Amino acid sequence: MGDILKLVGQRLGLGLVILLVISIIIFFMVELLPGDIAQAVLGQGATEENLAALRKEMGLDKPAPVRYLQWLSSAVFLDFGNSIVTGEQVSSVIGQRFMNTLFLAAYAAVISVPVAIALGILVALLRNSIFDRVANVLTLTSISSPEFFLGYILILYFAVKWDMFPAIASLSKDMSFGELLNRTFLPALTLVLVVVAHMMRMTRAAIINLLASPYIEMARLKGVPPLKVIVRHALPNAWAPIINVVALNLAYLITGVVLVEVVFVYPGIGQVLVDAVAKRDFPVVQACCLIFAATFILFNLAADVGAILTNPRLRHPK
Amino acid sequence: MSVFVISYYSLLLIGSSLAAYFNKRSIFILLFSLTMVSFVLGIIGGSGTLVMVATFAGLLALAGMVSYSFREALIMMAGPELAKELRTAPLTAAFGMFVIFTYAITGIFAPWIAPYGEAQIISAAFAPADENMLLGADQLGRDMFSRLVYGTRNSVGLALTATCLAFFMGAGAGMLAATKGGWFDQFMGRFADVIMSIPSLIFALLMLSIFGSSMPVIIVAVAIIYAPRVFRLTRAVAGNVVVMDYIEAAKLRGEGTGYLIRREILPNSMAPLVAEFGLEFCFVFLLVAGLSFLGLGIQPPTADWGSMVRENATLISFGDITPLIPAAAIALLTVAVNFVVDWMLFRSSGLKEH
Repeated sequence: MGDILKLVGQRLGLGLVILLVISIIIFFMVELLPGDIAQAVLGQGATEENLAALRKEMGLDKPAPVRYLQWLSSAVFLDFGNSIVTGEQVSSVIGQRFMNTLFLAAYAAVISVPVAIALGILVALLRNSIFDRVANVLTLTSISSPEFFLGYILILYFAVKWDMFPAIASLSKDMSFGELLNRTFLPALTLVLVVVAHMMRMTRAAIINLLASPYIEMARLKGVPPLKVIVRHALPNAWAPIINVVALNLAYLITGVVLVEVVFVYPGIGQVLVDAVAKRDFPVVQACCLIFAATFILFNLAADVGAILTNPRLRHPK
Repeated sequence: MSVFVISYYSLLLIGSSLAAYFNKRSIFILLFSLTMVSFVLGIIGGSGTLVMVATFAGLLALAGMVSYSFREALIMMAGPELAKELRTAPLTAAFGMFVIFTYAITGIFAPWIAPYGEAQIISAAFAPADENMLLGADQLGRDMFSRLVYGTRNSVGLALTATCLAFFMGAGAGMLAATKGGWFDQFMGRFADVIMSIPSLIFALLMLSIFGSSMPVIIVAVAIIYAPRVFRLTRAVAGNVVVMDYIEAAKLRGEGTGYLIRREILPNSMAPLVAEFGLEFCFVFLLVAGLSFLGLGIQPPTADWGSMVRENATLISFGDITPLIPAAAIALLTVAVNFVVDWMLFRSSGLKEH
């Protein structure tokens, strides 16, 4: 047990280091601006006094490393400073919306994970049949389509032509849970379509890879029934790749959410990020990027740790 | 029962009987399952659904025929070596090549194909299609069809340039790292790890917010995001080549690093790199389309598929599909490239087994 804890601890440490490096990149990229933030905000026509005042207010008179440490130490406590454009606290703008985004991603994940794994295993078992070919073309098409294409097709049919679900996912506080699920169904379905396709292909590849190994052939040759081969022999070893696939796709879900939120005008963190980029509201951009990157790294870490826990071979690297 | 329904079913039945008579088993199964599917869907959805099924099947058949004849034409034009390779291409790959070819022609000859200029305002906003405008007008009264044609040049051209730059940087660094080894290799590897652990769309948004969104910035930003992926692959492929005896021989001959990379390593790692180029192009193309959909890509009035979707999205709430055409064009090209890449990967892996 001790060596597992040590390995997991090593991975967590590595993730923390990467997150630190990313925070450095995010912070110091803004320093690459021609001039500085104050100049970018006020424009070319700003007077010297205004510039000096804004610089003092934002703490730009201090050297960059000092400001980085200040920014990082307050970011740890979820305080990302104030927005340049509106002057509001960034954390109060982002907080609720981040919850909304997580809700949407979780909604999509709950539907897509079981569906994708079941379909992926099915396709792997029926490989090279006509069903497999059709599934291959369909998943390829779904992966190749931009998210907004799928989103608008769903709007066109489910909202405009058949009038089954609302096209715009506006949320309010006093909605019942059923109402909430109904309102957010189309954005979630868009994400599901993309993620299921990815996950299905990866699950299929993992299972086929596994079914080609000699011990499965041995089991077949000694006359074990096909279902038992899958459940008793293949599945225990398949958990590791499947957990990996799920975690990687959940990480993808977190970023794929940006485009979908814009299509459905969903009040999530992706919308905030896109607006902030257009307005060049740097504190908000930095905060959103840090949150997205942290979530992304977290899921990748989860994939790593899950693989270590389910596959004893990884615990003894050669 | 309308004339359409009767003639559709009789056509299918005659076709399947003929196939059965001439012992064409696969064609018979195809036609017969199509008949069954249309039967079920026709009962559930009425003749409207049947028309949809028929159109879909017809389009599929048309695509199959077009790709078949395109492959035959390619085989006739190509030299004997290439023709042999082309004969092994499945229909999907032929279809992919046909689509890529069409897009290339449209992009290169855009000014001659498009009836109007890309920023030319010719009618009222959202004017419906008429004999002058094939697809109607957009939100400013510009011809949708012309903008679609110009968009081929702008969107695909941008993605292609960015992919080339990413490849130039990634493959160059990868081969250098493989030949040099040591701390340079280590450093580049860790650097690639860090960049790859930031989600690509988020990183692109960060860079665009800082440097503003103009063509060169987008190209460089996207290239920086995707170069690490190319680096990883090149490093892995070149790492296998570097340990070969002929590299050792070349080193003993006293050849420099430049010669080793250009004349020894590059030709021997070409096949996987070409396939990777296609895949990377798909990713880059989707990312750039996403950016311009968000209004952060190519700036107006330049025609671009992603922004065209966004600008005309209001039409969708009236049940009009014109805004979806540019999005479909993006999807079609990505699917086509994937088909071709699939074939190339299969070919290169198949050759290894022999």
